[in-house]
Amino acid sequence: MIAYLLQQAINALQLGSVYALIALGYSMVYGVLRLINFAHGDVFMVGAFLGFFAAAVMRWPFVATLLFSMVGTAALGVTIERVAYRPLRDAPRVSAVITALGVGLFLEHFVLATVGAQPRQIPRMIPVRFYPLPGGIGFSSSQAVIFGVALLLMLVLDLFVNRTMTGMAMRAISWDIRHLPLMGVPVNRIVSLTFAIGSALAAAGGILVGLAYPIIDPYMGILVGWKAFVAAVVGGIGSVRGAMVGGYVLAATEVFVAAFLPSTYRDFVAFSLLLALLVFRPTGMLGRVWAQKV
Amino acid sequence: MEAPGAGAPPRAAAPGRTLLAWAGAGAGLLFFWAVLPRLPVNPYHVQVLMYVGINAILAASLNLVNGYMGEFSVGHAGFMAVGAYVSAVVTLWLVPRPLWGALFPAALLAGGAAAALVGLVVAVPSFRTRGDYLAIVTLALNMIVKSAIENIEAVGGPRGLPGIGRLTTPAWVFVWVVVTLAVLRHFLHSRFGRGVAAIREDELAAELIGIDTRQVKLQAFLLSAFFAGVAGGLYAHLLQFINPRSFDIVKSTEILVMVYLGGVASLAGSLVGAAVYTVLLEALRFLGLWRWVLAPLLLVVLMIGRPRGLLGYREAALFVPAWERALRRAAARARSEGAGSPEGTGS
Repeated sequence: MIAYLLQQAINALQLGSVYALIALGYSMVYGVLRLINFAHGDVFMVGAFLGFFAAAVMRWPFVATLLFSMVGTAALGVTIERVAYRPLRDAPRVSAVITALGVGLFLEHFVLATVGAQPRQIPRMIPVRFYPLPGGIGFSSSQAVIFGVALLLMLVLDLFVNRTMTGMAMRAISWDIRHLPLMGVPVNRIVSLTFAIGSALAAAGGILVGLAYPIIDPYMGILVGWKAFVAAVVGGIGSVRGAMVGGYVLAATEVFVAAFLPSTYRDFVAFSLLLALLVFRPTGMLGRVWAQKV
Repeated sequence: MEAPGAGAPPRAAAPGRTLLAWAGAGAGLLFFWAVLPRLPVNPYHVQVLMYVGINAILAASLNLVNGYMGEFSVGHAGFMAVGAYVSAVVTLWLVPRPLWGALFPAALLAGGAAAALVGLVVAVPSFRTRGDYLAIVTLALNMIVKSAIENIEAVGGPRGLPGIGRLTTPAWVFVWVVVTLAVLRHFLHSRFGRGVAAIREDELAAELIGIDTRQVKLQAFLLSAFFAGVAGGLYAHLLQFINPRSFDIVKSTEILVMVYLGGVASLAGSLVGAAVYTVLLEALRFLGLWRWVLAPLLLVVLMIGRPRGLLGYREAALFVPAWERALRRAAARARSEGAGSPEGTGS
């Protein structure tokens, strides 16, 4: 029983790493623009397809595939912000949200129309090995890579956001975007950079998903995107560390529900818990509580 | 809300106009009930017309919460699912086949009532939280409803529920569109409707001037969910087959798009949004897969060009009570005469 639980915990770490990487993009963009970037799940999907292109067509190794996909989606993210969100920065907030939904639909169906509807399989990029641990459990090489790469990326991001001047500018934008240009901060450049980083992390998530579940299709971003969004909210949207915590919490919930109940109950229980959490802690686990000025 | 002082002469015209509107509705009903079935029209066009009507009910009811009250609900298809399944179960299991036609409205009402009950799940958290977090609550609700239906074997689980009678006719759709618009119009221009607008503008201030914001939110959410449920019932009895996947987040997104395309806080906008969206998607059918590439692009271009949608914050005269139009005219007159009156500029 204990071994089974531990094994499930390892699986949760694998899934949680992917959720966390995608949730970071939601949270960072929300932090700077107060925009729920609903196209983010589809950016993740594009990242997976770029990975498929690099690995299956160009036959590149894992690291080159990962970098190619991250750079490609970073460019995509910056373009989306420049074309679809920046003209609406002073419009009512929901306009940009609807635009985001539109961009997401566009990406899904553009990939569908150009690549085709049939699911694709990403070839194996790392040798499959199984490392046993004491107690009858163990982890696979892809699980180790997923967790390791995700952890590395999150550490770098955390250092970047909290220890560099650019990271400070990013955090400053989330406090007051209107007056920040007076401090000499190039707001547009920082926003572009935020989109680039968030999208690249989503692409990394897409490639890592490809290691564990190699079947990809144009609609894969919808559900994963919404779940990552939930993870970002559970952690407290706008908070970088919150997004990481939220990703692992959501994954642990899902994995353990599926471990003890029929797996069709997974979404039901996961979202019911979310509902309960929001009723009792409306701003998430690590969310900032904003005082309302009267 | 009592009559304004300045509006005495225009008020006289009010009963006539209302009468005219109801006469128009009656004539419309007669047309859809007696004339249209005898015309040699393409059944496909009639089908599209019914979709426009159902979508208009969905868009108008969502507009109450998202447009007028300024919340951001992203799970409207969840209520639709509840209404669709409950009304389908009522006609399939409870009503003998010969009575289907006669008891169809009762089944729709049951679906709407069940959806309203589920609406409580959103209404109660909305007392404490709003904005993006309330959006998540509605999203979660949509997922929970879909997932719950998938786990109920009695209604077919993920395989869906077949064999529903085709009871939805153009006349019924028309009746429910009129009922929805009439109820929403009266609600929005009542005391509670003022409360809804006040919550949108500033919830704290609304509370300070004595509006029972909980009561207002409760009513708005229940009403919105009720009509979504009715629309779901109409949808189920038009398609004759429903499955949980038809009510997922993609459907909710479609309703959102109709609302914001047509324009927030505008019943006429919801009608226009539903019509434009539904007809456009059908008209672009010849593009095959590419219509789904083109349609979102059009949406993005439109939102950048007109961020408030086609008719945002503007309303057709039909949906504004005469006394309020008189009030606005009086206020405009007062402004142009330089005696700027603070009253009467609302909504």
